[in-house]
Amino acid sequence: MMSLFFILITAPFFVGIILKVKAKFAARKLPSILQPFYDVARLFKKGAIYSTTTSFIFKIAPLVYFVSVLMAALFIPIGSLKGFLSFNADFVYFAYLLAFGKFMMIIAAMDTGSSFEGMGANREALYSMLIEPAFFILIASLALFTDNNSFYGLFLNLHISTNLSYILGLAAIYVLMYIAMIENSRSPIDDAKTHLELTMVHEVMVLDNSGFDLALIHIATWIKFSIYGTLISNFIIQNEWPLALQIGSFFFVQMAFAGVVGLLESFRARNKLEKNPQWIIMLSAIAIVLFLTTLIITQKIILY
Amino acid sequence: MILFLLKAVLILSLGLFFVPKNRKYFFTFSLHLALVVISSFLIFNTFNQVASLKFPFLSLLNNTIYIEIDKLSAFFMLVINFTCLTGIIYAKAYLEPYYKSKSSLEFALHYFSFLWLHIAMLFVVMFRDALAFLIVWEIMALTAFLLVIFENEKKETIKIGIQYLIQMHIAVVFIMIGFIWAYSQTGADFSFDGLSVYFESHNPLPLFLIFFIGFGIKAGFIPLHSWLPHAHPAAPTHVSAVMSGVIIKMGIYGILRVLTYIHHDLFNIGLFILISALVNGLIGVSLAIVQHDIKKLLAYHSIENIGIIGIGIGLGVIGLAINIPALTVLGFAGGIMHILNHSLFKSLLFYTAGAVYTQTHTRNIEELGGLIKKMPKTALFFLIGALAICGLPPFNGFISEFLIYSGMFKALLSGNLQTDILLFFAISGLAIIGGLAIFCFTKVFSIVFLGTPRSDKVTHAKEASTSMILAYALIAITILLIGLLPVLFINPLIDIVSIFTKDTQAIQQAIPTLNSISISSGLFIVLIALFWLVRYWQQKRQNIRKDATWACAYTGANPAIHQYTATSYADNFVQISNQITNVKKEFKNFEEAEIFPKERTFQTHSSDKIEDYLIKTPTTFILNFLQKIGVFQTGKIQHYLLYAFAFIMMIFILTLLNLI
Repeated sequence: MMSLFFILITAPFFVGIILKVKAKFAARKLPSILQPFYDVARLFKKGAIYSTTTSFIFKIAPLVYFVSVLMAALFIPIGSLKGFLSFNADFVYFAYLLAFGKFMMIIAAMDTGSSFEGMGANREALYSMLIEPAFFILIASLALFTDNNSFYGLFLNLHISTNLSYILGLAAIYVLMYIAMIENSRSPIDDAKTHLELTMVHEVMVLDNSGFDLALIHIATWIKFSIYGTLISNFIIQNEWPLALQIGSFFFVQMAFAGVVGLLESFRARNKLEKNPQWIIMLSAIAIVLFLTTLIITQKIILY
Repeated sequence: MILFLLKAVLILSLGLFFVPKNRKYFFTFSLHLALVVISSFLIFNTFNQVASLKFPFLSLLNNTIYIEIDKLSAFFMLVINFTCLTGIIYAKAYLEPYYKSKSSLEFALHYFSFLWLHIAMLFVVMFRDALAFLIVWEIMALTAFLLVIFENEKKETIKIGIQYLIQMHIAVVFIMIGFIWAYSQTGADFSFDGLSVYFESHNPLPLFLIFFIGFGIKAGFIPLHSWLPHAHPAAPTHVSAVMSGVIIKMGIYGILRVLTYIHHDLFNIGLFILISALVNGLIGVSLAIVQHDIKKLLAYHSIENIGIIGIGIGLGVIGLAINIPALTVLGFAGGIMHILNHSLFKSLLFYTAGAVYTQTHTRNIEELGGLIKKMPKTALFFLIGALAICGLPPFNGFISEFLIYSGMFKALLSGNLQTDILLFFAISGLAIIGGLAIFCFTKVFSIVFLGTPRSDKVTHAKEASTSMILAYALIAITILLIGLLPVLFINPLIDIVSIFTKDTQAIQQAIPTLNSISISSGLFIVLIALFWLVRYWQQKRQNIRKDATWACAYTGANPAIHQYTATSYADNFVQISNQITNVKKEFKNFEEAEIFPKERTFQTHSSDKIEDYLIKTPTTFILNFLQKIGVFQTGKIQHYLLYAFAFIMMIFILTLLNLI
């Protein structure tokens, strides 16, 4: 329960920090860190326009998407704080739940009959399909490494101590970070800044959403960032630390992650669109290296 | 008593030919119902006792043929009964448009075949005697053939039907060879039980492979799948649903039944099943994405789902071989549960797709669109089927995939290097299959039901009739029940799995996990409802408008043309997978000097490479060869006399030379 609380309170500041970092490097005047918060608050006060082409799918999809992300947050532990829900192989449920939300968003985009949104929907479907194996291989390596198979058990028993396990930790953080970037349609896959519908992925899918629905979609993005940030922070937090230190380092890692995302967005050019699939498959390749490293650490591959 | 009733149904089925045309449906429905009631009694008895049910049925060539029902048979009987029952409910409305064009005899034959298909499948899982098994297996193939060629006025349908019949007979040959080989080597019973004697004393792999080919043709294992994508679209919808839902599962039944008799050298068998299943899953779903014919697309998804079932079974067998009980139990449990689940959501998808076909008279999804406004209920049920087949919670497909996943993750910890690498491939394979299924079903659902109509075939569509919706609802309720309360189904599952292994502890440990899944899924639904209410409350006081879709302020778009199509949706995927999907685009590029472009066309074709190499290339080669030989058939009697003379001379000379 505690972990859910912490994930949710860091979520609103995530996008704010990213925006701040980006503004700093672009030498613009810094927006308030609460700017995204104000935006969403204003959306909640607004009415909505629904396209005449759409059906009930379009109305229910933002809710399902939002709830799927919120539910996903229930599974995530922080250090030794257990997630609200935890059972064997809960990461499978986690992944498929997020997939359900995405499924609904994709068909909602197609529901509008707009070719722009079709484009975005189709790209989102392809990219999230390609990222799936990377996530599962990553989790499989961790399961193998820690001899556990639930999120809580994985991270509780994750001791980064030997030389090889540093490689494991670094590679895992790298993969997770880019999974987060792809899940949230950020650079280098997509760039929320460009307002050219032809090259957009996630932003273009929600062109027709407005008011309450759009606000929920924005909040879902925050929570998604926060979830992945928490997963990354779990690699750094060690469970024998005192609780206060654990929480402190959680906040630190969350902020650092948001900062790194801002940095990446400022300095990294986005990929050529047709190179994206290859780039995403590269993450699976890194995950495979991770898996092999784990096999060496657990002495299933014995090196002489 | 039961036997008498069963035989009475068999004899009464002949009455179908004498009942007047308008009563035929009622008559066949009551016979199906009787059959379901009788066999359900047997299923119920089997699950309520430890030993299997065994009693004599009739005597054939001085042999008494026994009906023997163990838990595995009972499970398959349950699947058969449910799908056939919804099938016959659905058939009422589906066959109505044909009422005038088809004669009374054709209807009688169709219903008769459907009933006998149901009967034959029940007996396939009840007989152990090889001869009796082969006979009912043959009846199953023949009745299915008669059902496929219902629309016999189309030449294409007859051709497909015959192709199906030929491939089924190749399957029968292999199964027969398998039985005969075991019989000749050991001299034990000519039955399934006789196989155990052979397997005890010989290396099981070669004989297993022969059975695998035989049963694999039925189940649609790649590369033996080529009948499947043709027969499903050609058959009437309730038949496609039964075909995809249960007939192909008879192949899986055969494989499982043979596996129950093998107790040693299992590793290679498991490896073989696992690899072919992974290939099935990946290729099946990739080919499904590029199809435009909705029923063909669903047929390729059957191949994919056979793959998922195979992954479960293959892992189960590997678990037996290397002695990891968790992998065995959860692998078999997941695979077997997926048999039931697939029969549910696949028949639901076929029924809804069939309703779309009845209303629009087209199976080409490029001509559809916007049907959710005309057929909202059908659309909703299709969506349920689509979410279930993608394995998303809280639907039933998730439960079986979850069992397989949790088996794999458990085994990962206790396995050695070899198993870990296998499991690595299985985990990433299953993850990719899941992702591709989502890609495919977002495509189908949105192109068929969402957006705006792409042709005027959609304009006259109406909601499906009540009996169709009844069939949908029956299945959808079961889907949700399994998805939300999987624990209810775990005890029978344990019984079935214990045929393969006695150590079923791992699945009992899974019960709390499944309970947590129920809670999570319940919470998921409650939260959605809650936010719906919140939004309702928020929007009550706001200005809610309806307006055209945002197209960057451009309002002149023609929604029928300026919309994503199935081809464009799949194009992204085709670019990275054209080695498998083999899509060819036909279009003419603009010439440099072409100032005023002429009208242009754009076409894409995809073909199944495996089918091309395995079936089409050899058959065209043989046909060409035979045509060349055809030169000799001149039709002139003089030439034929010359041939006869040449033959006699040849014999004469060969005898002179003492060669024969």
